Amino acid sequence: MAELIIISTLNGVLYGLLLFLMASGLTLIFSMMGVLNFAHASFYMLGAFLGYQISQWAGFIPALILAPLLAGGIGALVERFGLRTVHKHGHVAELLFTFGLAFIIEEVIQIIWGKLSVDYRVPSWLDFPAFTIYATNYPAYKTFMLLFSIAIFIGLILLLTRTRAGLIIQASLTHPNMVGMLGHNVPRVFMMVFGLGTALAAIAGVIAGAAFVTQSNMAALLGPILFVVVVVGGLGSLWGAFVASLLIGLLQTFAIASDWSLYKFFGDYFTPTRGTILHDVWTVTIAQIGPILPYLLLVLVLILRPTGLFGTRET
Amino acid sequence: MKWQMPKKLLGLAAVGLVAGAGYLALPQKTEAQGATIKIAYVDPLSGPMAGIGDTGLKNFQFILEEINAKGGANGKKLEIVPFDNKLNAQETIVQVQKAIDQGIRIITQGNGTAFAIAISEFVTKYNERNPGKEVIYLNYAAVDPILTNEKCSYWHFRWDANTDIKMEAITNFMKGRTNVKKVYLINQDYAFGHGVRDAALKMLKAKRPDIEVVGNELHPIAKVTDFAPYIAKIKASGADSVITGNWGSDFALLVKAAADAGLQVDWYTFYAGGTGGPTAMKQANLPNRVFAIGEGFANLPHKEAQEFEKALRAKYGVSLFYPRGVNQMRMLAAAINQAKSDDPKKIAAALHGMKFEVFHGGEGYMRADDHQFFQPMYLASFGPIKADQPFDEEKTGWGWSIAGKIELKDTVTPTTCKMNKPS
Amino acid sequence: MSDTTKSMPAAAGASDMVARIKRYGVWIAAAAVLLVLPYIFPSGAAITTMCLMGIMIIFALSYNMLLGQSGMLSFGHAVYYGLAAFVTAHTINWAVKNGVPIPLPLIPVVGGLTGLFFGILFGSVSTRRGGTAFAMISLGLAELVYSSSLILRSFFGGEEGISADRTKLLRFFGYNFGPQIQVYYLIAAWCLLCVILMYAITRTPLGRMCNAVRENPERVEFVGYNPQFVRFIAFSLAGLFAGVAGSLAAINIELAQASFVGAAQSGAVLLAAYIGGVAFFVGPILGAVLVTLLSVKLSDFSEIWVFYFGVLFVTMILFAPYGLSGLLMMHAQFWSGPFGRRIARIGRLFGAYLIAAIPALIMLAGGILLIEMIHHVAQKGAEGANMHFLRRPYLTVNTYAALPWVGATIALIGGFFAFRFTWPTVAKAWNDALADTQRSQS
Repeated sequence: MAELIIISTLNGVLYGLLLFLMASGLTLIFSMMGVLNFAHASFYMLGAFLGYQISQWAGFIPALILAPLLAGGIGALVERFGLRTVHKHGHVAELLFTFGLAFIIEEVIQIIWGKLSVDYRVPSWLDFPAFTIYATNYPAYKTFMLLFSIAIFIGLILLLTRTRAGLIIQASLTHPNMVGMLGHNVPRVFMMVFGLGTALAAIAGVIAGAAFVTQSNMAALLGPILFVVVVVGGLGSLWGAFVASLLIGLLQTFAIASDWSLYKFFGDYFTPTRGTILHDVWTVTIAQIGPILPYLLLVLVLILRPTGLFGTRET
Repeated sequence: MKWQMPKKLLGLAAVGLVAGAGYLALPQKTEAQGATIKIAYVDPLSGPMAGIGDTGLKNFQFILEEINAKGGANGKKLEIVPFDNKLNAQETIVQVQKAIDQGIRIITQGNGTAFAIAISEFVTKYNERNPGKEVIYLNYAAVDPILTNEKCSYWHFRWDANTDIKMEAITNFMKGRTNVKKVYLINQDYAFGHGVRDAALKMLKAKRPDIEVVGNELHPIAKVTDFAPYIAKIKASGADSVITGNWGSDFALLVKAAADAGLQVDWYTFYAGGTGGPTAMKQANLPNRVFAIGEGFANLPHKEAQEFEKALRAKYGVSLFYPRGVNQMRMLAAAINQAKSDDPKKIAAALHGMKFEVFHGGEGYMRADDHQFFQPMYLASFGPIKADQPFDEEKTGWGWSIAGKIELKDTVTPTTCKMNKPS
Repeated sequence: MSDTTKSMPAAAGASDMVARIKRYGVWIAAAAVLLVLPYIFPSGAAITTMCLMGIMIIFALSYNMLLGQSGMLSFGHAVYYGLAAFVTAHTINWAVKNGVPIPLPLIPVVGGLTGLFFGILFGSVSTRRGGTAFAMISLGLAELVYSSSLILRSFFGGEEGISADRTKLLRFFGYNFGPQIQVYYLIAAWCLLCVILMYAITRTPLGRMCNAVRENPERVEFVGYNPQFVRFIAFSLAGLFAGVAGSLAAINIELAQASFVGAAQSGAVLLAAYIGGVAFFVGPILGAVLVTLLSVKLSDFSEIWVFYFGVLFVTMILFAPYGLSGLLMMHAQFWSGPFGRRIARIGRLFGAYLIAAIPALIMLAGGILLIEMIHHVAQKGAEGANMHFLRRPYLTVNTYAALPWVGATIALIGGFFAFRFTWPTVAKAWNDALADTQRSQS
């Protein structure tokens, strides 16, 4: 049991940190422009494919640097020539624009790299077990992912709180007009933030793509969960996104690890007849409903605490 | 913008409706069944499963080329016409309807039992309501036993062994392996995964009551990105063997996560050979520990089959995923020749109970009771190829070698089908 | 945004009879069109497609009660559509099993009530807030319902869904609804009924309050209405009509499946409503027709049809945010003055469009050819050099030769610049038409 708990915690934290890498960019964009970027997970996917391609040509480290830069550049262009144009038609149009963009990115990826998974591997110099707990190996690459994500998190916090650029971004979040009057180019700040956000998602893609499967459906798998993280954590709050990411990562991992069902506890006293809805509910295990727990959390948070856990304003 | 009269717009809408529908009328020239016999291939050709649909299409194109080179059927050539069902039940019906409109009366489909049932029921109702214009449905890969049991239809023919048959074969193989003591079941949480689980539980209990089932897991289908938590559970259970029906990325990710965690068990699978599976098994470095069940494998020493495989790989760059597809199309051609007609009603009558020499040798038959095809099955393991094995998979240098053959008589399972035979 | 619900010009001076014909004429005409359509397009696939269109029209209009009329962006409208489809399938099976005498044409009532029930249930939770919070709750609820379809197997029938046989119900004037054409008329009748009802709703005080909530909820509160309650009513009614659509869908393919409540279905209705234009009542009708047609037909021409679909959608958002109906409305203003002058005016404008369309089409053809060739080379290398452009064997292109690539690139870039060159002509024609209209009115 202790073994399962330790391994599950490690896995949950890792999954949570990956979520955070993506959610941090999304929450910055959201709080700044009020746009829920539906294509955000698509940039994560784009990062994974670009990472795969570059690592084929030049190795993993160049991929880790170049792919996010490329994806971030594409993101900035999307903001400059797409979002800014639809901005005048209101938030719904902006949101739907990103919705359509997600379709296009997925299709472009399929046109170039195909519909099957590509053979994107962990670099050989990181392909060994880092340590062993109770006879279970913990791979070096996952350790690397863990440390790398933490480093990005710390870097991001420092960037936003300790540098001039970060202060301008923070100010633009709350007082865009004032910042504009002080002579800063607010649209350009928006563009930079959008680029930064998509680059962060792409970093997550580069490192996660190698560990898991790089396929054109990976955006659709993670996309909705990202919104959950951002909303549950509270809009515009990096700490909120961080806590919510870890919470959801751990929640899902531990749900998988448990076999509890109502039947298991009360089966001795009462068993509904097979083929009824009650029987379905009675026998379903926590592991099976694990994937829907985040959405349950989302709905509950929105109803009970619309500001999210750490947010200060309503969605 | 100025707004004047809503009624005018409604009129415009009507015009748009007519114009839109008018377009519909254009490409629907109903072609009489002329020099070619067309077969509609209704499978996903866009979306997340498009890769699988595409590979299947290539398989069938090559199979038909071979049949046509030998003279076709009843003097006519066979042609496969792709229709994209977009992995959606409603679309599936629309596309079948489109195919029928184009004069195509033979449908084949394989990906997804849900769509298979939709087609089977649609075709059955259609034939009831349109006597004289019957359509037949040839199923090459949808394996839910329900299609040849509760929901069986005279117009549906299945060449793939259903879940029960495959599990029967796997458990017959496991029966003889004394090192199997603790088994873990992990399957996708949908009808097929449930079928695998239920069959495994029942058959293991009957054949090897000493085996302990130490875990029984269902996970959401195509939603899990990291299987590490599941692997941790398998590891904690102390299992020595895992039975899984997982396919596609759910299989590849599962094996990858197992390798990361250093889990050393034997894997008994249905679809390890599917696209992406071989690459994942090689990456996971699990030589000869993954077994897959099938009606034939590339390295089976059967000369004709190997030549066929070689030619297919040279031309389309894909492996023969569907040896049963060869059986299906060859039997279709044989049935047309035997009936001396390409009328689906006569084809169905010829296929009903037909015996046939299968692709990898040996006899198979289309059982008249439920239209399920039976044939010898093989269990193969995946590892570095040996000198006498010509084929590897996905350029990994690893290939399938036969671990056991399950004779025809050991694959036969009972059916509850009460077939309504048309008069 | 202007909207459909501005009152029609009162038929002052005209007799009662004329006013009545004017008012109902359009509906009678619509009924006549629906009646004769199957004779114009008798093929089975055409009728199947028209059935889907009819269902989509109801569904998209019900969606627009939320988005267009009340300003609620929902990502989970398929929940009401899908749940009603399942209840419909169960109801048919139950009625057949117990010999309950319900004819098929009344079954959509059950679907509508189901939609209404779940609309009230989920609406009471989700409509307390508007804006993004509402959108996110709708997304969460949709995911919850979809995921539970995999758990509550006895209701959702697991992967294969719940099938039903519509012909086994009580006969309706001798019709058993086996042939698709009978189902077409069933759907057409319900479609017309729902369209009329939804149009009527937009003209009630409730419809007006919905518009007000969309534009400015605070001011609605000031004048004494509760915006939450208005949203809630609109949401429940939208659920009702979505339920009717879902019920018809279940009748149409005699099957209800988990994908009915899925995100793809919710996305499809959003696309249909938006492409048609949410600002006008007819917008979603046009959108439903177009989107259904494209999703059935485009895959015949290209494997990467979703790409073109996505590009169309994004292009619409960027350049025609009011959708197809918005484009139509921009031209409706020219339809005034003496008849001959109207025709001449619009003729001149369309002449300019035609001039612009030629280079635009060349550009488009070049772009599509390029994309198809890239796709062929990247994904279909095994099939060799030759590609059937648009899946047409008579349009075979050799992708290894330089000519198609150069030609397509020239067509794309040259077409673009030629297209740009025609813009001033179009702009001038537009301004002329506008000026001419104003002259004829003054």
